[in-house]
Amino acid sequence: MEKPFAITLDVGSSLANKTGSWRTYRPRYGDRLPPCNNACPAGENIQGWLYHAESGDYEQAWRVLTQDNPMPAVMGRVCYHPCESKCNRGELDQSVGINSVERFLGDQAIKLGWKFAPPATASGKRVLVVGAGPSGLSAAYHLARLGHQVTIHEAGPLAGGMMRFGIPKYRLPRDVLEAEVQRILDLGVTLELNTKVENIEASMQAGGFDAAFLAVGAHIAKRAYIPAGGAAKLLDAMQVLRGMEDEEKPMLGRRVVVYGGGNTALDVARTAKRLGATDAIIVYRRTREKMPAHDFEVEEALQEGILIKWLSTIKNMSDEGTLTVERMELDATGFPQPTGEFETLEADSLVLALGQDVDLSLLNGVPGLEVEGGVVQVGPNMMTGRPGIFAGGDMVPSERTVTVGIGHGKKAARNIDAWLRGEVYTPAPKHELATFEKLNTWYYEDAPKTVQPTLDLIRRQSSFDEVVGGLNETNALFEARRCLSCGNCFECDNCYGVCPDNAVIKLGPGMRFEFNFDYCKGCGICSAECPCGAITMVPENA
Amino acid sequence: MTATVIKFYQTGTHTVGNRLLDPSQRSVQADMRRTNSLNSGHRACQGCGEALGARYAIDAAMQACDNQLIAANATGCLEVFSTPYPETSWQIPWIHSLFGNTAAVATGIAAALRVKGRSEVRVVAQGGDGGTTDIGFGCLSGMFERNDDVLYICYDNEAYMNTGVQRSSATPGAARTATTPAVGPAPGNVFGQGKSLPLIAMAHEIPYVATAIVSELRDLEAKVRRAMEIRGARYIHVFVPCPLGWGTRSDQTIAIARLAKETGIFPVIEAEHGELTAVSKIRKQRPVEDYLKPQRRFAHLFSPAVNTAAIAQIQALADRNIRRFGLVDAAAAAGAE
Repeated sequence: MEKPFAITLDVGSSLANKTGSWRTYRPRYGDRLPPCNNACPAGENIQGWLYHAESGDYEQAWRVLTQDNPMPAVMGRVCYHPCESKCNRGELDQSVGINSVERFLGDQAIKLGWKFAPPATASGKRVLVVGAGPSGLSAAYHLARLGHQVTIHEAGPLAGGMMRFGIPKYRLPRDVLEAEVQRILDLGVTLELNTKVENIEASMQAGGFDAAFLAVGAHIAKRAYIPAGGAAKLLDAMQVLRGMEDEEKPMLGRRVVVYGGGNTALDVARTAKRLGATDAIIVYRRTREKMPAHDFEVEEALQEGILIKWLSTIKNMSDEGTLTVERMELDATGFPQPTGEFETLEADSLVLALGQDVDLSLLNGVPGLEVEGGVVQVGPNMMTGRPGIFAGGDMVPSERTVTVGIGHGKKAARNIDAWLRGEVYTPAPKHELATFEKLNTWYYEDAPKTVQPTLDLIRRQSSFDEVVGGLNETNALFEARRCLSCGNCFECDNCYGVCPDNAVIKLGPGMRFEFNFDYCKGCGICSAECPCGAITMVPENA
Repeated sequence: MTATVIKFYQTGTHTVGNRLLDPSQRSVQADMRRTNSLNSGHRACQGCGEALGARYAIDAAMQACDNQLIAANATGCLEVFSTPYPETSWQIPWIHSLFGNTAAVATGIAAALRVKGRSEVRVVAQGGDGGTTDIGFGCLSGMFERNDDVLYICYDNEAYMNTGVQRSSATPGAARTATTPAVGPAPGNVFGQGKSLPLIAMAHEIPYVATAIVSELRDLEAKVRRAMEIRGARYIHVFVPCPLGWGTRSDQTIAIARLAKETGIFPVIEAEHGELTAVSKIRKQRPVEDYLKPQRRFAHLFSPAVNTAAIAQIQALADRNIRRFGLVDAAAAAGAE
């Protein structure tokens, strides 16, 4: 070929120079487990559904959410959101209002009538679920979506369990609950109300069920021995809260004393206030720090004028309603000890909120079952000692919350499904946790949390209207976009942009990125500048 | 400021791209069709800030002029690592002549285009700080003074890196280079020497002068775009960390650049016809130690004993920049206290 003067070689591209051979470390692109997902008792893929909410695709967000939890509108109201306590954004400004976005998605689904996709195929297997509380409904939902035929036997007159008979209306309006229950039943789940299972083996045989999931909850109020005059009005928390669902509301009087320190005690006191009590007083034997109730509920109760007597126990109650209260002191180990100092308290009624026990009568005569501490023992697969009978929710050892119950239902459903097919369910291995140090938070916009509107105090003290309001579409979008997407690529293009060697290949929207190892020199800028910590540098030949 | 700051879309405009933004609001670098003017296979060190800055700037220029661009390049790292004969990494028309004459070569190209009536073809000249502030300074000043239709981009890594890290007139005080060793009573480069080329360019009252930094891509691209809208002499000074010469980890290139801006060491500004028109504010102000400590060229300031006098001197320079250019928002500063 004819070349110009003094030119002897053809022009070549530097692409002939494979600089990838310089590399001693290589970037590895992979997801890490966001702390919110890790903390969720229901196993929700929170980062995953927020990703869709961020782009305004609420229906897709709801569909991803409901892969794990069928009741987001309920959950968005009653969950104690451990996800938010673990949210990495909390170290930056304030944690993302995951719970409020979840509620928005749930409400949006009810408003727009979104339905679950029906199961693809029918397995031909029949599963009995005992109890239509959060755990039972969750199991029924997951089993139905896996193609099994599900029947729920519920002893009560309405579905919902503790969501209906334990949580007051001002925290969970009943139309929300009913809409989400109905959507599960629409999947083809049969619900038989007023059907108490007396003997599980007999019920399974009679109905031709291949497996059973027990979730009867814990409804029997624990009692404490308090000497009381015959005319004294002494009730338990379950009576009061369950009575709120009847036509005739419980008569508690003007001065109501509640004994206990859990969320239920607060629910009862707040309910009493709304029923017209001038004084609603909680008596608790330890301090606020030691109280098992959640702090925001204590705060809301105090705002509503509930009084709390700390470090106090009730010794007795007279006919006239005079309570003798003893002052307590915490000892070195944090246990309350009596001091011998007494005072009196006037009360029209005393409500005991000291926790609940499980009614285990349906298990009588079942071989292989193990009961310890009043609850049924289950294996890691949620199966009891009797093959084919699984259990979850408040009747097994657990932290008794709606979210834990929903999580149990899901976990049990997956194990029941595997067991019915003669297999063992193995959950996918968890990714490494995306801790705050793995993030490059420079890239996130400063944006403090959206405050949910709350109902004004007068209406809170006098009505059962919902206390905490929802987000609207604008602030729900804002809140979703506060998500840092910890550990999971959200296609910000940083790696694609910051590579000095053009060695990051952008695959297009939704398809993420790849590395071009022919040219990647392993400098590590992509990893250092990835906002969410989705790129790790690993040694070559390791 | 010409870069539009978009708030609250998770990362706003801090990241290179953002799937939540309208495509028209995304950066050139986020675009799968970007030119990749400086292609893979170049021989720059791992984590080279100059390679990155050059691709950012030239890709943006290419987009701004519909790919009708010719680049002249001074001798220096950028030229050496991109074009070992007969290979080239450049995917644009590109010419290299000498160390000191780039501005003159670019002027010549612009003159030729004018004669040929090819006004749509634009000219860029580029070089490192040595080729710009020292060796090519005479040609550059002439290009400014004649208001030739060239955009000159200087990639400032604060020394002659290509030949083994020798001091240039852009090397900061106290920095250790091969020719300013960290020995004696005043180790490293002497304080009070060197020059600020952006200010000198402003003194020529040319239509457009700007400084930019590799850690602020959006701002850099907006400045190149703005420069390409203007005819006549334009100058953009891009701050590009050098892992080799500065002794920083190769993955810290952008982090170091960010610190240079957040400490006030490198002011990011914009001027038209000699008048300052915009400054990029400091987002989270940091002390200069945060910038100095990760760099081995400043290691002698911290060990064996902390040289508080020299650090205070550098802090004073940063504070002067902050004062002079108003880099900290008064309201933001009050809120932070």
